[in-house]
Amino acid sequence: MDFGYTTLETRSIDYDKFDRKLIEYLLQYEPSLLVCMACGGCTATCSAGNLVDFNIRRIQLMVKRGETDTLKAEIDKCMLCGKCMLICPRGVNLRNVVMLIKKKLSIDSGQLATKNNIK
Amino acid sequence: MKNIVIIGGGIAGVETACALAEGGNHVTIIERDDKLGGKLNQWYCLFPDFKKSTQVLDYIKNRIKNFDIELKLKSTVEKVEPNGDGYFIHTGNVRYAADAVVLAVGYDLFDATRKEELGYKIYDNVFTQADIEAKFRSGDLNTTFGKAPERIAIVHCVGSRDEKCHNMYCSKVCCVTGVKQAIEIAKFLPKTEIFCFYMDLRMYDKHFEELYRSAQEHHNIQFIRGRVSEVSATPDQRLSIKTEDTLSGRPMKMKLDMIILLAGMEAKKNTRQVARLFDVETEESGFLRSQDFHLGAGILSRKGIFAAGACISPMSIKETIENARSTAMQVNQYLKTL
Repeated sequence: MDFGYTTLETRSIDYDKFDRKLIEYLLQYEPSLLVCMACGGCTATCSAGNLVDFNIRRIQLMVKRGETDTLKAEIDKCMLCGKCMLICPRGVNLRNVVMLIKKKLSIDSGQLATKNNIK
Repeated sequence: MKNIVIIGGGIAGVETACALAEGGNHVTIIERDDKLGGKLNQWYCLFPDFKKSTQVLDYIKNRIKNFDIELKLKSTVEKVEPNGDGYFIHTGNVRYAADAVVLAVGYDLFDATRKEELGYKIYDNVFTQADIEAKFRSGDLNTTFGKAPERIAIVHCVGSRDEKCHNMYCSKVCCVTGVKQAIEIAKFLPKTEIFCFYMDLRMYDKHFEELYRSAQEHHNIQFIRGRVSEVSATPDQRLSIKTEDTLSGRPMKMKLDMIILLAGMEAKKNTRQVARLFDVETEESGFLRSQDFHLGAGILSRKGIFAAGACISPMSIKETIENARSTAMQVNQYLKTL
């Protein structure tokens, strides 16, 4: 019976439900991602972020929290200029993180051939 | 009577010297400058109670008068030789016999020109906290164009917690220095808007947190959590900064009249050289390495060589005085074993 109500998705981050495959993949190939202290230097200097709604610091945080629903559309806004790496006081190679996210999304969607998915 | 040579006549050196002379030792201070007090001479007042730095300077100047301490100003150590259980310290044509040596060579402020993107010595009205202390002393807080600043940014963590300048450590006293200076400016220029750009506010010691609260409550200082990534000049002779307001998650721009860079404390440029001369170890950061972090602070890696003050790590004036007294105690204990 339809009472006209729907349950809302909870706004809280459900840490127990998150799929760790992406973050594990990123940390395997770019362990510098571990040491971010959220200063926001990358986002302040970001070429794309000054033009469009794109927050690279927030994206890496959301990946760490397993919130990846909008990741595909978000990550394509990066212009790969690399200024985030130049400014980072902790030496996080964010450009490589972006490249790895793109690669992993392509592998998962079957667009990129890897040793594992070549049949 | 034992002979002790102290290298450096800043707050740490003089306090250690007095404490050791009090115990009946013959103490010599070798100081490079032509006066005592070191970096404190450049400061106007101290956190968290706004005590005038001259009060601390007067304290050490009066204290040293009570003892027969030999002062060797405008001198540097050229050679160190072993001499039985102690050392011979050569400076110029004088040789001092020392049963123990205390290194109190102090610190340098991070050279803010190394962070080119922050515009120090490139644009007008970008200062360091040391420049501002000099402005406080002269009583002139105007911009270089002779106007009262309408808006000021205080930038935390310049040259500390920053891999790009090889300073991984937190210089710890800059946060509270920034808050102190913000309040001083607000008292002096009540109409000026003041912003602190921070990553983390480390109000670690007694009364620091209260000072932070007071800055918000009584002086309307605004705190924005984001590291300033770039400073540039605007056509109308103002300054513009870029940061991320990380708490709202959006990039932020702001026009300002003055920027104060809180440059971190670094090991002195010649600390490594001094360490080599005395054959003691330094840490990766360049500060002197104590034998044990918990139990042996100030006891260095070579017998009879000790350290006091900010050549061990960044520290406040209060901590420097405490540290100097504790080092003096350890030197006294060591001298009893000889």
